[in-house]
Amino acid sequence: MTASINAQMALVALNRFGLGARGGNSGDLANAASDPKGFVKSELASPRTALLEGPNLRPSEDLLAEMYGVIRQRREARAQTNQTAPNAQTMSDAPPGTAPPPPPKPQPNFNFIQERFRSDALARIQRAHAPACGFVERLVGFWSNHFCISAVKGPGVRISAGAFEREAIRPHVLGSFADMVKAVEQHPAMLAYLDNAVSVGPNSRAGQNRKRGLNENLARETLELHTLGVDGGYTQADVTSLARIITGWTIVGPPGQLGRPGTFVFNKNAHEPGAQILLGKTYADEGVVQGEKALYDLAHHPAAAKFIATKFARHFVADDPPPALVEKLTNVFRDSDGDLKALSLVLVDDDTAWSAPLTKIRSPYDYIIAASRLIARVPDQPQRYLGSLILMGAPLWQPPGPNGFADTNAAWATPNGMKTRLDIAGQIAKRLGNLTDPEEALDAVAGPAASAETRQAIGRAESREQAMALVLMSPEFQRR
Amino acid sequence: MALSTALHAPSRRQLLVTGGALFAWSHLPRFAHAADGRDPRLVVMVLRGALDGLAAVAPVSDPAYEALHGQQALSLSGDKPALPLDNFFALHPAMPNFARLYGLRQAAVVHATATAYRERSHFDGQDVLESGYAMPGKTDSGWLNRALQQLPKGERIAIKGKGLAVGASTPLILRGGAPVTGWAPSALPAVQDDLEQRLLELYRHRDVGLASALEQGLGLEKVAQREAGNMRPVGGNVIEAMRVPSRGAAKLIAADDGPRFAALAFDGWDTHVNEGGATGRLAQLLAGLDGAIEEFEKGLGENWKTTVIAVVTEFGRTARINGTAGTDHGTGTVAFLAGGALNGGRVIADWPGLRDADLFEGRDLKATTDVRGVMKGLLTDHLGIGANVLGERVFPDSRDVKPMQGLIV
Repeated sequence: MTASINAQMALVALNRFGLGARGGNSGDLANAASDPKGFVKSELASPRTALLEGPNLRPSEDLLAEMYGVIRQRREARAQTNQTAPNAQTMSDAPPGTAPPPPPKPQPNFNFIQERFRSDALARIQRAHAPACGFVERLVGFWSNHFCISAVKGPGVRISAGAFEREAIRPHVLGSFADMVKAVEQHPAMLAYLDNAVSVGPNSRAGQNRKRGLNENLARETLELHTLGVDGGYTQADVTSLARIITGWTIVGPPGQLGRPGTFVFNKNAHEPGAQILLGKTYADEGVVQGEKALYDLAHHPAAAKFIATKFARHFVADDPPPALVEKLTNVFRDSDGDLKALSLVLVDDDTAWSAPLTKIRSPYDYIIAASRLIARVPDQPQRYLGSLILMGAPLWQPPGPNGFADTNAAWATPNGMKTRLDIAGQIAKRLGNLTDPEEALDAVAGPAASAETRQAIGRAESREQAMALVLMSPEFQRR
Repeated sequence: MALSTALHAPSRRQLLVTGGALFAWSHLPRFAHAADGRDPRLVVMVLRGALDGLAAVAPVSDPAYEALHGQQALSLSGDKPALPLDNFFALHPAMPNFARLYGLRQAAVVHATATAYRERSHFDGQDVLESGYAMPGKTDSGWLNRALQQLPKGERIAIKGKGLAVGASTPLILRGGAPVTGWAPSALPAVQDDLEQRLLELYRHRDVGLASALEQGLGLEKVAQREAGNMRPVGGNVIEAMRVPSRGAAKLIAADDGPRFAALAFDGWDTHVNEGGATGRLAQLLAGLDGAIEEFEKGLGENWKTTVIAVVTEFGRTARINGTAGTDHGTGTVAFLAGGALNGGRVIADWPGLRDADLFEGRDLKATTDVRGVMKGLLTDHLGIGANVLGERVFPDSRDVKPMQGLIV
């Protein structure tokens, strides 16, 4: 093969499957060119590759327990405030003659929630700079978006958003789909996000006492978005049935009556008693096992294989992925009982996944990560990254709905999206000034696979700054 | 736009707009106006976080009001008197522009209104408000987008049926099958015109898809900035944060070949703590909203007379002040309407009262008007969408909620 064919394969390895070549002396492009498939697959060797640990990364139960503690303090402070309200005008700064507002007692500080969120965001961003290819981090991003939660839901989801990904997604991206489904649907962040934590079986003891009832949100999205897909052949009766089956799946609250606060618990008192029929199969009431068996069967359903295979191919290869590739992925998913490492290997081994033209555009997250890898700056603060993602309409761990961020060109190659990308590229280039050689950067990104037009545009740019912005906006950098 | 590029004359961005098609659909044949010659525009502003309707439009003559809102209650006297709307309601003093429009019969308030949602989660409440469904959990498309799909075909209005989402992402209310374009004021300094041109040139040779998107994006920015000046929001200033995107959006929907339907979302209305009264945090937010409406009025010029702005929020707040000088999640609230096409100058309310027994669940202003009926009234009389379609497609399962009559001049 010629150098440019090798470079084209390296571009596919780094952009389609990875997070883009690192700058400096990484040698990523040359390494990818020497064995493109091996370059991508080498990351799959150890399932531990996907795990993310660190001194500032705490289990979700610790984070939630911290939050419960602060809320309790606030409630106590509020109660005290109310008692002392009548004679508190000394603290008021109201102008004379107006009645003072209730006294501003010191509020417990809620900034810690955002601080914990940022710690996890920073760890994720830093991790993205470490691997040569970044395929495993791309898998994490794919599955995290498939099983998304949103920090907008409230402080409990916000503080545990990163922990959710560390605990429910990362351990399973090279493991079993069924295990991931179970870990996700039993995670406090998901139980809060899709309201199952407050869902009560109408005929359960709690349902009878408190006149509260079923919330179908998690059950519906488990069927529609997590496993079978909207055309997966289930009915409204199946939604209701699954909702009953997973009643009692909740989070231990601050009093800790049912266990350690902030952990998943099966609350028998809220569980709808009796057998339930889901997709024609009867599930006896065996407590939490009833739901675990139902999820296991959903994860192994043929509709799930097709649904996941299609999304997977759409993410990595094309908005309208080659049907033969989808079929191949469907088959391996089904035949391997949802082995996600096997699924990834079949994708990487498939020749059409390498020959299909690079028509997709990088997602906002992958774009800013690729830019950061190229300029070889590992951040020690996440704010600039998080801010850029907000501007691009893709705030981290805050998708617009439970279906996650869209995964198509139509969503990201928009007028406003492209203008914003350009403004961000301009900012990055401005900060670099003359520190980076744009031609070296282009060589790091694409080498001989760079088009003559791109090379010429960069060569003719009026300044290094302008040339660097062009590198970051070039089709070679944006497309995958 | 950066100052340095303003010295080049004419700017490349300007040439881009005047020389080429700004909007991809503008090459479509120009159909005649609708029979009555109207070219209606509709702007929906979503206030996220739940607006305190009793603080924004105070029922100053309701005998229970002052006791409920205590030291934060608005009053017709004092340093910052509320602005009387009729003999019962008074507008927050931070909204003098809205009061002026009200006097011109170009603004109205709907009070004690809410969606069909009766729980108190922002997240679900916003989904219900924006999706147009009677219950949460439907987040595929929004009612404004579905309304665009129902516009009368073959008329100018249908050609201009593209929606404009203002902000970094499309709010749920405008998501769906009808085409939507997006624009947000640049939070970052724009790059030099020269770089834009070089990149467009590269894209034209190598990537026509990116060329088309970028060209449109730069074009939208140019129209939004024309006459509107520098659009960079002033950091942390809540008033500018609402005025600036409104200023740009007004220019875009005023353009002859621009979109006619815009959605904006403003955050920050969740006033649990230190809400303030005639001054304070909520007053700042209301001043921002007042400014946003003023920006549309100014920016639309002649086209203001065919425009309606609807301001809605997911639910109201508790009738009583809580222990931290704020209010908690409630039910009934206000919707603001403004625009030259509006039959305004009135507060529309079936007032439920504020005695303990009148309050919803003993705590919230009761909702006596379904906000969907208000929106339906606008969609019917302003855009010509039939009641059946509104009851089935735009606001599913809402056939019992009748379109409010007489909202449009």
